[in-house]
Amino acid sequence: MTGDRIQESVDPDLDVTVVTTGPPRPRAAGQLPIVVAVSLGGGLGAAARYGVTLAWPTTAGSFPWAVWSVNVAGCALLGVVLVLVTEVRDAHRLLRPFLGTGVLGGFTTFSTYAVDAQALVQAGRPGLALTSAAATLVAALASVWLAVTATRAVSRRVRGSRRQGEAGA
Amino acid sequence: MSWVLVVAGAMVGAPLRYLTDRAVQSRHGSVFPWGTVTVNVAGCLLLGVVTGAVTAGGAPEPVRLLLGTGLCGALTTYSTFSFETLRLAETGARLLAAANVALSVVAGLGAVVLGTVLANTLWP
Repeated sequence: MTGDRIQESVDPDLDVTVVTTGPPRPRAAGQLPIVVAVSLGGGLGAAARYGVTLAWPTTAGSFPWAVWSVNVAGCALLGVVLVLVTEVRDAHRLLRPFLGTGVLGGFTTFSTYAVDAQALVQAGRPGLALTSAAATLVAALASVWLAVTATRAVSRRVRGSRRQGEAGA
Repeated sequence: MSWVLVVAGAMVGAPLRYLTDRAVQSRHGSVFPWGTVTVNVAGCLLLGVVTGAVTAGGAPEPVRLLLGTGLCGALTTYSTFSFETLRLAETGARLLAAANVALSVVAGLGAVVLGTVLANTLWP
């Protein structure tokens, strides 16, 4: 009952659909295309991450800049993608699982982040380990917040000017 | 060859994250992202074992590419973790957002250490 009322009163400008953080959750029958989309996207994202680490190798005992950059960039891109997917009404239902859960989920990594920190401790650089762990965390949270805020502001402006254009026509 | 191993591992790791997240999130009613915490901590444990095994010579380098860079890299995620933290903070659940950060980082690092200890026990 309450749920129905909430749904009826939803303002289209409120991105309540973003509140559920995972991809859309349809019934089991529709799962296979989503799993395939996530798998293909994950392969692409991981290949991109691997490419970055090959092009920008981290020497033992130094700050892991490649993985730091991958994670911070991936967080910003996810912020943009998730806001756009919920603003663009006709987005294909596999777009979010492919780009968000697949490509960007496969691109960014939590396990390498943690293992890199441990490797720095083992290399006798506990201070740098702490710095890299904290610097990734702070930059990742800041970049996703900035990306979400900026994308919302831009899309609001675009819709605002579109509405003005329609009124003037 | 190394690219094939990374992509093959990731093509399993990413859907495994999606399916685990769905299974975990459907089993509790709270807004806390237990699904992402689960895959991130499990991936850290596995990567700790894999890295320890390869370093000790108990597993060849291709295993690191397939299971480490590919599977664990795609099973775990920093972007979803950050986005879910932001959502919790934005919806007023600031304490849960802070708890998500603290739990993910502490449990993730702890899991890496545990995985390394396991690998050192198995491959002395």
